[in-house]
Amino acid sequence: MNETSVTRVYVRMSAKKGKKRKLKFFEAIREAIDQSMEKDDSVFIIGEGVPDPKGIFGTTLGLQKKYGDKRVMDMPLSENALTGVCIGAAITGLRPILTHQRIDFSLLSIDQIINNAAKWHYIFGGQLKVPMVIRIVIGRGWGQGAQHSQNLQALFAHVPGLKVVMPTTAYDAKGLLISSIKDNNPVIFIEHRWLHNISDYVPEDYYSVPIGKGKIISKGKDITIAATSYMNVEAIKAADYLKKKKISVEVIDIRTLKPLDDEVIIKSVKKTGRLLVLDSGYYTGGFAGEIIARVSEKAYKHLKSAPQRITLPDLPTPTSPGLTKYYYPGYSDIVKKVLSMLGKQDVKVSFKEESVPLDKPDNSFTGPF
Amino acid sequence: MIEKMDGKKLISLLNDLLYIRLVEERIAELYPEQEIRCPVHLSIGQEAIAVGVCKNLKKDDLVFSNHRCHAHYLAKEGSLKKFFAEMYGKSTGCSKGKGGSMHIIDLTVNFMGSVPVVAATIPIAVGAAFTLSKKESKNISVVFMGDAAIEEGVFHESINFAKLKNLPVLFVCENNLYSVYTPIHLRQPKRKIVDVVKAQGLECYSVDGNDVSAVHDVSKKAIDRIRKGKGPAFIEACTYRWREHCGVNYDDHLGYRCKDEILKWKSKDPIKRLKENMMSKHMITQREIKEIEEKIKKDIDEAVKFAKSSPFPDKSDLHKHIYD
Repeated sequence: MNETSVTRVYVRMSAKKGKKRKLKFFEAIREAIDQSMEKDDSVFIIGEGVPDPKGIFGTTLGLQKKYGDKRVMDMPLSENALTGVCIGAAITGLRPILTHQRIDFSLLSIDQIINNAAKWHYIFGGQLKVPMVIRIVIGRGWGQGAQHSQNLQALFAHVPGLKVVMPTTAYDAKGLLISSIKDNNPVIFIEHRWLHNISDYVPEDYYSVPIGKGKIISKGKDITIAATSYMNVEAIKAADYLKKKKISVEVIDIRTLKPLDDEVIIKSVKKTGRLLVLDSGYYTGGFAGEIIARVSEKAYKHLKSAPQRITLPDLPTPTSPGLTKYYYPGYSDIVKKVLSMLGKQDVKVSFKEESVPLDKPDNSFTGPF
Repeated sequence: MIEKMDGKKLISLLNDLLYIRLVEERIAELYPEQEIRCPVHLSIGQEAIAVGVCKNLKKDDLVFSNHRCHAHYLAKEGSLKKFFAEMYGKSTGCSKGKGGSMHIIDLTVNFMGSVPVVAATIPIAVGAAFTLSKKESKNISVVFMGDAAIEEGVFHESINFAKLKNLPVLFVCENNLYSVYTPIHLRQPKRKIVDVVKAQGLECYSVDGNDVSAVHDVSKKAIDRIRKGKGPAFIEACTYRWREHCGVNYDDHLGYRCKDEILKWKSKDPIKRLKENMMSKHMITQREIKEIEEKIKKDIDEAVKFAKSSPFPDKSDLHKHIYD
């Protein structure tokens, strides 16, 4: 995927075409934090490496200089305790943003996230609220392997009391992060590492994108593709390819896994009669299965063929590029799946070799993480 | 210690000890009716720690607790009616019937909540102290834990952060020597808990947890120090649970605790000790004690009546409070 095609994809997904300023996803995240901190003294950000020279893939750079070390903090490698600390701060009036560079590290805090953050409001009959954001980075490629690039969004989406947000575009990243910080509930805010460096039109204003709303990012009539996070990029590439074959694909960016806006998907399926779900997570018990279940429950009679999904296989992530090329699905897999769902397996397809190797988000990426 | 305290303070301590004991005994009495339909972890035998510590707290100080939370809630002056209503799962309960015995709260007195996962509230109390520190408040945050909490990683993570940020938080460890049926020597090496915590740089105190005036004095020292901005402190108070870990019965017949040990600890009953001590010094009479008990029993009667006559939550309450 070269820079031109990426930009084209993002411009198509962008909400405010009138706004001319372009920002990378990571800059949009930083701007959302910056504007939220400026507006509200109770907002603070904490995480391993937040004020370090790399600043969580650039998303926190410069914030400590602007807001000081009491509001922009590094932390001990104590993920579970610091999650509890953020809960304690949240129930007493602050708005913490806890940041994990890898989703794998957040697993050390799963006790506090699931047992406390998700439940503190409910179990005390709504008397305390837990306005906190847990930013979590997921990823793929570059040999990050089994413990540096898992995609466990379904795990969080399974837990009552959490909200789970996964923006795809820079525009949504900013608007959804602002909404998450303003939200009075614990929000798991999941950023895909491969989206961080992709540009999009992002307004300079402080704006929010509502949590709990999916969005049609490409209109079509033959099949509905609902996708999470980075998989939207592959979906748009597939839709562009299929357009040349006279197949019209509707792509829906799910954006929020919980609470899930299944209406937008069901409405689309009622029109197209076909559903393919793309998720960057795993096959069994994954979020794609949830979407298919809902559509089957609520729009069964509108389905012209069995809903399908493309996910990661039920395997830990290998490191060798020799293996990951078989592990990660891409747009060509989507194209083939769509054709088979439409009974058009005989349509001839050929895919040029990608100008960017499969284990890199773009050519500017040279590692190491 | 008792010599230094005035009579009024001692009567107040005795009153609070009796209050908790009588509430817990009433739960034990009512439990067989099968109307209190949740696990209960009674504080009988351990009341002196909650009372001794909370007597030094102001209303605006924050308290967090664990599964064995009744004493802490009651010592912080949480509402008795709402407490019993919660035991009965009623809509008038302190957690509106969504918490039961293990999840109790009363924000009007800043009893900030209890949860049963061991050590779970420790970092939350530290987080509350972080807020207090940010607001330059003179108030403190207190968290009660059992001896097994020391075995959890999150305890060590939390005290490390509390010390790092010099937060106004008091950690109170009620060491009752057992985690369910497992004695401490099968869980922890032979060394003092306070030595472990001292190594993290916290101010540490050990105290006889069945001597309410001693607990009172030690926690006063610790709390005054925290209020002066000198950072977190830790108290280990040794004590003993009389009844089963979970439930209202005695479980001596199971044999996991030897008879001599049980008798030794029962002879150290914090209430008996204080009563005898005060009576020997003519600070209170048997009759006056009886009067205190009668007054408490009347309050309990009223609270139980309130709880039993309150309605259950409505079906529509099920879906409330999942999000704010």
